[in-house]
Amino acid sequence: MATRPLRPSSGARRRDVARSQSSRPLPTALPSPIANWFAAKGWTPRPHQLALLSQARARRSTLLIAPTGAGKTLAGFLPSLVAATEPQRGEGKGAGLKTLYISPLKALAVDVARNLTGPIAEMELGLKVETRTGDTPQSRRTRQRTRPPEILLTTPEQVALLISGEDAAYLFADLETVILDELHALVPSKRGDLLALGLARLRALAPGLVLTGLSATVARPTELRAWLEPQTTAELSIRLADVIALSGGAKPDVTILETEAPLPWASHTARYAVPDVLAAIARHRLAIVFVNTRLQAELMFHELWKANEATLPIALHHGSLDVAQRRKVEAAMAAGKLRAVVATSTLDLGIDWGDVDLVIHIGAPKGASRLIQRIGRANHRLDEPSKALLVPANRFEVLECRAALEAAEAGAQDAVINRRGGLDVLAQHILGVACAGPFDTGTLHTEVATALPYADLTRTDFDRVVDLAATGGYALRAYDRFARLKPTDDGRLRIAHPRVAQQYRLNVGTIVESPMVKVRLVGRRGASGRPGPKPLVGGRLVGEIDEGFAGELKPGDAFVLGGETLRLEGFRDNEIFVSRATAKDPIVPSYPGGRFPLSTHLAKRVREMLAEPTRWQSLPTPVAEWLRLQEQHSALPGPNEVLIETFFHGGQHHMVAYPFEGRLAHQTLGMLLTRRLERAGAKPLGFLANDYAMAIWGLGDLSAMIAEGALDLGRLLDEDMLGDDLDAWLAETSLMRRTFRHCAMIAGLIERRHPGKEKNGRQLTVSASLVYDVLRRHDPGHVLLEAAYTDAATGLLDIARLGEFLRRIKGRVRHIALQRASPLAVPILLELGREIVGGDARESALREAAEEMLRAAGLADGAPQP
Amino acid sequence: MQVGGIEVVVDCSRALYVPGERTLVVADLHLEKGSAFAVRGIMLPPYDTRETLHRLAAVLVRYGPHHVVALGDSLHDRSAESRLPAAERSELSRMQAGRAWTWITGNHDPEISAGLGGGVAQSLNLGKVVLRHEPSTGETSGEIAGHLHPTARVVLSGAGMRRPCFIGNANRLVLPAFGAFTGGLNVLDQAFAALFADGRFDVHVLGQNGVYPVARANLAPE
Repeated sequence: MATRPLRPSSGARRRDVARSQSSRPLPTALPSPIANWFAAKGWTPRPHQLALLSQARARRSTLLIAPTGAGKTLAGFLPSLVAATEPQRGEGKGAGLKTLYISPLKALAVDVARNLTGPIAEMELGLKVETRTGDTPQSRRTRQRTRPPEILLTTPEQVALLISGEDAAYLFADLETVILDELHALVPSKRGDLLALGLARLRALAPGLVLTGLSATVARPTELRAWLEPQTTAELSIRLADVIALSGGAKPDVTILETEAPLPWASHTARYAVPDVLAAIARHRLAIVFVNTRLQAELMFHELWKANEATLPIALHHGSLDVAQRRKVEAAMAAGKLRAVVATSTLDLGIDWGDVDLVIHIGAPKGASRLIQRIGRANHRLDEPSKALLVPANRFEVLECRAALEAAEAGAQDAVINRRGGLDVLAQHILGVACAGPFDTGTLHTEVATALPYADLTRTDFDRVVDLAATGGYALRAYDRFARLKPTDDGRLRIAHPRVAQQYRLNVGTIVESPMVKVRLVGRRGASGRPGPKPLVGGRLVGEIDEGFAGELKPGDAFVLGGETLRLEGFRDNEIFVSRATAKDPIVPSYPGGRFPLSTHLAKRVREMLAEPTRWQSLPTPVAEWLRLQEQHSALPGPNEVLIETFFHGGQHHMVAYPFEGRLAHQTLGMLLTRRLERAGAKPLGFLANDYAMAIWGLGDLSAMIAEGALDLGRLLDEDMLGDDLDAWLAETSLMRRTFRHCAMIAGLIERRHPGKEKNGRQLTVSASLVYDVLRRHDPGHVLLEAAYTDAATGLLDIARLGEFLRRIKGRVRHIALQRASPLAVPILLELGREIVGGDARESALREAAEEMLRAAGLADGAPQP
Repeated sequence: MQVGGIEVVVDCSRALYVPGERTLVVADLHLEKGSAFAVRGIMLPPYDTRETLHRLAAVLVRYGPHHVVALGDSLHDRSAESRLPAAERSELSRMQAGRAWTWITGNHDPEISAGLGGGVAQSLNLGKVVLRHEPSTGETSGEIAGHLHPTARVVLSGAGMRRPCFIGNANRLVLPAFGAFTGGLNVLDQAFAALFADGRFDVHVLGQNGVYPVARANLAPE
């Protein structure tokens, strides 16, 4: 692995330090061990590093915003290093832990520790630095609780665990500083909620604690500043931490691929661009080829090697690959042995993997901020521009890439949604606090409300969540005698049994991975030998695939993983066994997760571009032509209206809407619209959603229905679709079930599945889906249903965004009835994977299966039994 | 459909009806499974018994059987009866009124107290068909059992779904679990291979409105 060197950054010329809030003078000198170290290296401390030092002296929490390569990490640790040279202020009350560094990635924590140890030794500060992650041996973790190092580098989950220990008060009594790395990545998530609660606890255990947040450039720094500071409900204003913002280095050099190859209409693979991508790789030292999903990573890797006549060393890196394999790729990158790595977001954050001089982005980046961060992977020197090449996979993506490029040039970022903390996360935290010792509910509510995501949490809601943690929070008070939290004599709450603490520790954290299945090559003994059924013998581990996907595979199916085409041989326990397939064109896997919808900000830019023909000059000719044709044959939607086309195509009536609100919101819209069209008698058969448009097809003549007034588009698209229709759909959709499962696991209502314990679960576990059904029917007001609904609204179903869209287009629906499909409709009509409409889909699939069998058996009628 | 020569009806509620005997058979109710978890500190919803009994009441209305046989594991554990809420207890009594009721014992409920109403037996004969909790191994000329919670994973044109099912041949039938919180065991598991030594069995998968025979080729392992 390469390093994130602790340097004041090499070779930067222009360093503007913009400060606000604090006007204290910079300290004139560093203590000699540190000043000497800087001098020996031939470096001078940079203004923002010194500024953070003076902030720490003033005991003020600070957000440091700086681009990659600005020496953020050293800036964060400098106050702790300086403090170590100063005489101790008396004997500590606690275990001696002074500085806590928290990173979203354990690899990043390990990397930073490695890079901190050297300088500390050279400065002869006598400070002990250790990491603590899930990989740290149990013996060391136990020792760290009583004899911690001065500086501990860890992850949010480990912080939660440490806080839940009975010795937490002693462990954290001396804590002075918390450094939060990659804060922008942590805050807008449930991990961020849990960490915010943990920090509220740490502030109570170590009064006067100073927080230093390190962040990449963000659209709204105010939210991060508020997150760092304890909030008080008594005040009407929000309290903000100070901010030090470094303006970025050189502007990135971003281009969109220009190619002779014809631009595809509807593909996501960018296969057409493979020769150009290879040529770009050949012209640079080391390129990262970013893609949006694991599937795209597999495909691009496969395609690059098929065309790789020069045998450039190109590797693959994504989350489904075995850890050992990933580490190998990282080491090879750092050692300069590779020319390109095809990667998903696993390479997004923090760590330097080597001398990357080009970022190639396959497909549209979906968000402006994500693009800027990914571009930052190339070149860690502030004064040289990072170089990036965008490769749109289809025509719509050309528009999106153009919008992203303009956003990057303008330095515009996507706004992070100001989130309200998850109640499931709060339930977990309350249990953790109880594990450490008895607590008073009033005091804890006040403490919890100092965390920004919970600042407006009412006492009533807090008490509901305490009840959720204690007894499951049911309207039927059946479990009071089994409560996990019991009152003490002085009216506080304590855990009822040590077992509660054990269960808490097994369930801690907010990352609920969809269960993964290990993929193993069939061992030699299994692959060869006698004919007939052979026992499967496990060989080398290839990687992991999503359990849901594994469930759709049958023996004999081929799929791609780790760049290899594999054939499914069979299942054993929680593993699937495969052999190398020979088929030339593999059946590829469809990983459900990992796709981000188009950001609101980029969507707006795309709509504006469409509405402004003068801006089409910057687009490739075929794309500009396409838009001009659309203008002639149909229309282009204005930036604030929605275009709806109806036409007859391929034997069916179609309705295509172009909201540009992202795939998730479109899916929800499609689901709800088909329900409404069904009621209106339009006989819809199915729908399809992508990031830009949504198409419904069916038997009813929609153009005629609209012309005759039988169908009112304004009414059809009324906000009230988010009422009963939504509720009815939520009852059955698997997306809602999945969201509920996450909440139930985080809240500790159902147990997580742990590796090696999946076997024989028939009577030992209860599936979240059954719990969901029973709760909806018998306790519809339950707090976890509420939490799951809130999550779905902003997550998988994107109801919030759909709601904003419906409000925005009220009275601005532009309908055009066409004789045939419009140019703009072509991409979505070409896309595959149409969903069958209606809740009866599964039922009809079953009927189909039954009929299939009866036909095979030579029986005529396939009527099911009652 | 016949088992051991007697006519039976598989119902999408997970129950089996034997018209000739006017008998309804349900397996693995697992009453009070939720509270059994709560005792161990996992606070599952306390509504599973209520839900299970509601479902059972609905089937009783449809078939109006003279005799109800619960095929064992009716109670989730030995202390389940003591946790049974009063409302559910009286719901049970209402259902038992005016008809015969037999609790067959299972591994989860080897003893059932008289307080629960109905008779208790280790097995029961309907004609030459034996009703018992755990299916026997080896040949049989007529057996109806539960215990295994059979489920099928049906894979069709890429879309997979998991559903409870009946599995059997001309002489043996295993019922799906009836309880609201019961999971399942895939019919392609070894446990079923032992029951159908020649590897031949029919699977009837439960849908919302019907029971569907599904071909072996469309069944997938977990």
